[in-house]
Amino acid sequence: MNTLKQQIIISGVGGQGVLFVTRVMAEAAIAKGLPVFTSETHGMAQRGGTVVSHLKIGTFASPMIRPYQADGMISLKAENIAIHGSYVKPGGWVVVNSEHDVETDLDVTICRIDADGLAQSSGQARSANLIVLGFALARISRQAADAGHRFFCDVEDIRSVLEAQLSRKKPMLDASVRAIETGYNQGINKEGVCDGLYTV
Amino acid sequence: MKTRKLMLGNEAIAQGLAENGCRVATSYPGTPASEILPALADLKNETGVPAHVQWAVNEKVAFEIAYAASITGLRSAVSMKQVGLNVASDPLMSAAYMGTRGGFVIISADDPGPHSSQTEQDSRLMAMMAKIPVLDPDSPAQAKDMTALAYDISETFQIPVMLRPTTRVCHSRQDIQAGPVPLADAKADFKKDPTRWAATPKFRYQLHKQLETKLNDIAEFEKTAPVRLNPEVVSSKAVVTSGVCAAYVREVMQDSGLMEKISLYQVLQPYPLHLRFMEELVQHHEDVLVIEETDPVIEMQLADRHRVKGKLNGVVPGVGELLPERILEIIGGFAGVEVPSVRLPDVPGRRPTLCAGCPHRASFFAIKRAVPKGIYTGDIGCYTLGLNLGAVDTVLCMGAAISQAAGFYHAYKDQPDPPDVVATIGDSTFFHAGIPALVDAVVQNVRFVLVILDNSTTAMTGNQPTPASGIGACGESLTTVDIDAVVRGCGVRFCREADPYQLDALTGLLKEAVSYARENGPAVIISKHPCLIHRRGAARDVVSVPVAVTDACDGCGYCIRHFECPALVLKGDSGRVTIDPMACSQCGVCIHVCPKHALIEQKNN
Ligand code: SF4
Ligand code: SF4
Repeated sequence: MNTLKQQIIISGVGGQGVLFVTRVMAEAAIAKGLPVFTSETHGMAQRGGTVVSHLKIGTFASPMIRPYQADGMISLKAENIAIHGSYVKPGGWVVVNSEHDVETDLDVTICRIDADGLAQSSGQARSANLIVLGFALARISRQAADAGHRFFCDVEDIRSVLEAQLSRKKPMLDASVRAIETGYNQGINKEGVCDGLYTV
Repeated sequence: MKTRKLMLGNEAIAQGLAENGCRVATSYPGTPASEILPALADLKNETGVPAHVQWAVNEKVAFEIAYAASITGLRSAVSMKQVGLNVASDPLMSAAYMGTRGGFVIISADDPGPHSSQTEQDSRLMAMMAKIPVLDPDSPAQAKDMTALAYDISETFQIPVMLRPTTRVCHSRQDIQAGPVPLADAKADFKKDPTRWAATPKFRYQLHKQLETKLNDIAEFEKTAPVRLNPEVVSSKAVVTSGVCAAYVREVMQDSGLMEKISLYQVLQPYPLHLRFMEELVQHHEDVLVIEETDPVIEMQLADRHRVKGKLNGVVPGVGELLPERILEIIGGFAGVEVPSVRLPDVPGRRPTLCAGCPHRASFFAIKRAVPKGIYTGDIGCYTLGLNLGAVDTVLCMGAAISQAAGFYHAYKDQPDPPDVVATIGDSTFFHAGIPALVDAVVQNVRFVLVILDNSTTAMTGNQPTPASGIGACGESLTTVDIDAVVRGCGVRFCREADPYQLDALTGLLKEAVSYARENGPAVIISKHPCLIHRRGAARDVVSVPVAVTDACDGCGYCIRHFECPALVLKGDSGRVTIDPMACSQCGVCIHVCPKHALIEQKNN
């Protein structure tokens, strides 16, 4: 089981909750007994600037992912595919929060969800990040299964992490779980738009 | 499997300090070091360990408090960023001479890249200059282990020891096994010895001799000897590395099959470098490549230069962060094998900006409006981003807004029509290094306006308290120091407070301050409004002013260029500004910004 190795880029701008998403996924890995390494951005860049974090699950020596080595990328801003998309290996996946289709020359599968729109219409402006994560979990696990391996965690794992982390903040926990489910259901219901290989 | 915890590098360091019985810990916040002290404060609150944990007013003060604890025999630590170590360099140099009793660890976090710093300086060089050993961790886990090692060296040799993590260690997270925190009381026991603790120059000469002896012994200390990571390999080539670069090197050498071909050494203690190691390198290898961040500290100590490749002969870049992809290229070249050269495309990301609704934005806008032709000296903090608004012309180091303002005043004062000088400084920075500069400006009667941007926190580094907050690192309540009283105590006679959200009132006050300063000397305005991030979550006692855009907007872009609020969006050629409801904080300040009065308060409908 411990031969599993996965590398994921999470990208966005300051204030979108890139670090929170990374943290939740990393905690899910630990809960499954997997070694984990992340590298995150603090300081200046967080003031609305570009923020990226690297998430490495499995036995690695270093916290950083090299270009064209990541299995996939969660992009909370469409414009960040141009900036960080090259971390993803050919044939990898990108899940992006975007209102419109995204153009790219990269050899990746792009799955798009308008999480900002969904967040706003459900009155939870700040939960777009978790909606994207929920959607990604639905999509990536499907793609991983098609490629014959397993994604390191599923939506239930994330739910238990949130429960453990936010146990003392009930309203926040409820809102977060709702956001994850909103995104997940979009992924399952095929309503989110998926480019390339997995066009629905 | 035992329970492992996801820990930030800085949290791992704090865990290491606590596990090793640190009893006094001090710090001044600075990225990437800021999370060490709060993590230790949490551990104290959780476990009840009898330790003193505090934010000090600056790094020099922090250093001196922790050092005094060490000479009473307690284990202590001080943490800061590399630029902060400059502020503490005075006590650092002397503490090295006098040495320690209880273990004393100086944590100085470097920022190659630099991601959030004025410099890329290498604290290991400061250790070399001070003549103290320095440990260079490659990961959060190793950083934690090295705190134990640091206390061991410090107490064995009675010397301060530096732990030097870099951003990628401080701000990585890793699953780490936490150990028990010893709760036993440690007793302070200061033994007077003026020849040591108050040594005069005559004795300092003796102390220097002792220090050199200690260093020679430390260069033979078994526990910090460089580690040979692939001892089975016999090769004329060797790679020598340390810090987070060692993690990168391991990974790229494993991935490219070079781990079986080239000898790899990891240096744990870059200074003083082990003498036996230097001999071993020369004996066994023809060709040595040194990879380290940021300066060639290990490389410089290798005397036989003609076999060494590194920064000094340009094989390894001497500036900037060494990312793993770059290291792969360098090692490939050194090994004479083909490796894929991959780089990320150079696409500029979004530049950082003050938060929507940040009170500093309003202050800067008012300053530019009141004193459009001024020279604006700036300082270190979130408000350095006043750069984007054209309201910050200089940024040198903590406190320099005030001293540079004085410099500009003196430089221009004999010219006809000297420019008005407006300095901006945050509340925490004012306490840190602004007060002495203000005293000097009063004495010299510098005619300038100082705007203290008081958001009641240290926002840039994650909202640590200031001396005005009345709250300590562990949440305990403390006495407060009033900024207004300090300013007046420095001898400033014009000192007034304003709320930057009241843009027109602040602008008027600034004009008044400028005319006062031109005639009389320093004028100070305390522009006070809490940081939005700090306030978030707390009960919102502020009025929200929702804003609407009317047809009067012609898309001229004035508000975007001069106010740069991330909630105001002018997309393509839609012709009109829109307000991003996700970003807007409803501060309502922009209403006063649009010259066409197209932004108005939205009456409840
Ligand atoms: S964190 Fe606070 S001080 Fe910094 S930009 Fe945001 S609102 Fe302003
Ligand atoms: S809101 Fe005013 S300043 Fe901004 S683009 Fe419209 S007219 Fe110009």
